[in-house]
Amino acid sequence: MAPLEELEKAYLEAREDRVFREELRGLLENYAGRPTPLYLARRLSESLGGASIYLKREDLLHTGAHKINNCLGQILLARRMGKRRIIAETGAGQHGVATATVCALFGLECVVYMGEEDMRRQRLNVFRMRLLGAKVVGVSAGSRTLKDAISEAMRDWVTNVNDTHYLLGSALGAHPYPMMVRDFQRVIGEEARRQMLEREGRLPDAIFACVGGGSNAIGIFHPFLEDRNVKLVGAEAGGRSLAPGEHAARFAGGAPGVLQGTYSYLLQDDNGQVLPTHSVSAGLDYAAIGPEHAWLHDVNRAEYVSVSDGEALDAARVLARMEGIIPALESAHGLAEALKRAPAGKGQIFLVNLSGRGDKDMDIYRQNIGDLDDAD
Amino acid sequence: MTRISALFERLRSERPALVAYITAGDPSPERTPAIVAALERGGADLIELGVPFSDPVADGPVIQKASERALRAGTSLRSVLDIARQVRAQSEIPILLFTYLNPVIRYGMDELARDAEAAGVDGCLLTDLSVEEAEPFVAALRAAHLDTVFLAAPTSTPERRRLVARHSSGFIYLVSRTGVTGEKDSLSDAVAPLAAAMREVTGLPLAIGFGISRPEHVAAAGRLADGVVVGSAFVRLVEQHGADPSLEDRLEAFARELSSALPRRQP
Repeated sequence: MAPLEELEKAYLEAREDRVFREELRGLLENYAGRPTPLYLARRLSESLGGASIYLKREDLLHTGAHKINNCLGQILLARRMGKRRIIAETGAGQHGVATATVCALFGLECVVYMGEEDMRRQRLNVFRMRLLGAKVVGVSAGSRTLKDAISEAMRDWVTNVNDTHYLLGSALGAHPYPMMVRDFQRVIGEEARRQMLEREGRLPDAIFACVGGGSNAIGIFHPFLEDRNVKLVGAEAGGRSLAPGEHAARFAGGAPGVLQGTYSYLLQDDNGQVLPTHSVSAGLDYAAIGPEHAWLHDVNRAEYVSVSDGEALDAARVLARMEGIIPALESAHGLAEALKRAPAGKGQIFLVNLSGRGDKDMDIYRQNIGDLDDAD
Repeated sequence: MTRISALFERLRSERPALVAYITAGDPSPERTPAIVAALERGGADLIELGVPFSDPVADGPVIQKASERALRAGTSLRSVLDIARQVRAQSEIPILLFTYLNPVIRYGMDELARDAEAAGVDGCLLTDLSVEEAEPFVAALRAAHLDTVFLAAPTSTPERRRLVARHSSGFIYLVSRTGVTGEKDSLSDAVAPLAAAMREVTGLPLAIGFGISRPEHVAAAGRLADGVVVGSAFVRLVEQHGADPSLEDRLEAFARELSSALPRRQP
């Protein structure tokens, strides 16, 4: 608890500090590659014959996903707090890679906790982290996925709090994390809003994003919250089916509960034990959803749907063929929902947060789509 | 007066209390009452009944594994209350329920308070409830005449120590060091200043836990506090000998070894 208070105080001070903000802005531009393009997917849109689909290209950022936005913010904060050691959890490995990257950039010790099941699914990212100088610690407890990696990181943090900063990667966990991570990811929505006004002279009709913990979604949603005519749509992992243990659709199958310091919608059994989850994408494979999404859901400001493994895989293949962009499996969930609705959206503008690129998912794509022949 | 307060009152001029934690339902819900009886025979004064949870963030590997075993054996908050009822039918030993928040929220706080009291439970420690948000939980438990025990850690700020004191009854649980539950070679230096700081803001008994596994730790902690909590060291015996009929005898012998290390107060 004391570490959270210390962190909140340091963050609130940093947020008001012009030097901190300028340093972060500089790194986002010159190191991470912001602003990211807002790209009109013309061929894709025309093929569906409805809405114009714009992609916010977070996949083009350094390290391949939006995670770097938050990592740069938190690493500057950790330095400010005098922390020498950085720990993180990772599911798909994208946050772990981004954390290992910023630690290398600033010469800080880096330990990443990762469920053994996820290490198996995302071997390439494990190697990337190690190449960047991070220590990757496999977690064999529980379901051996993101949830268990977070628990292990929290245990490390409470043990080594004096010299260690826990660089949490999603809009989850205890306050101030959901607020702080959202703030660092807001840049996605701020940029997209400005770019959309420049390009189209108006705001989009609907915004789509995948929601695991929910950092990319809250980042793009948040600057549009007051724009009541902009529909916000979060896509959760529908997995293989909506039977318990087969998905990670918290709004479809969960109930309010507490996990890892957050009160939110949680997949749990009748006794309050957390249920196992499944998603083809490791980054969405988590039993709870960021608390601000729970709030947006309850006040009806955002809508949450579930997208199955198969729908996400199909959407990824469509985007690859139509636009030459292979998305991360996570991002393909948000895209799939947009593709579903686009035909009925003539004259509308859709904005999809393409939060990450698909390089890390090649093994899974190959396993699920099969080896392809030429022009198959 | 609750059984917990009465215990500390009775022992005050004599010696510190030995508090024994076990994960309820490990190795099976059927066996837990016998385990509690063995600990009591060995000299445990108060039993912390741990409610197993799927994601025990505050626990080290020993209690994590115990939780997994207990859940596999079908243990739930409801069956832990049933265990408490069986213990209470044979013994007046104070029982503190030690649980994560989510099973309680799912069960219903008011319902749990009512059912726990009816089962003969004397108090409740909600591991992952922050004191800032404790008010409604404390009210529900106190309404059912249950004690509410909170944790104070070496990192706790003065303001937090005051909140812990305000919301606690029965005793206050001092976490001996930063970190999770589990055995350690020696008692942390951080605990003596914490005990002194807590004495400034409370007259409640203080019990020291986390990392206490040997008679010499019990002796050292017993000089600083009114109670000493041993958890993982008992749970490890359950892990090693859970399939063995000698488990209860081993637990009793170990409890006796620890309780004989408790320092006697000078009159």
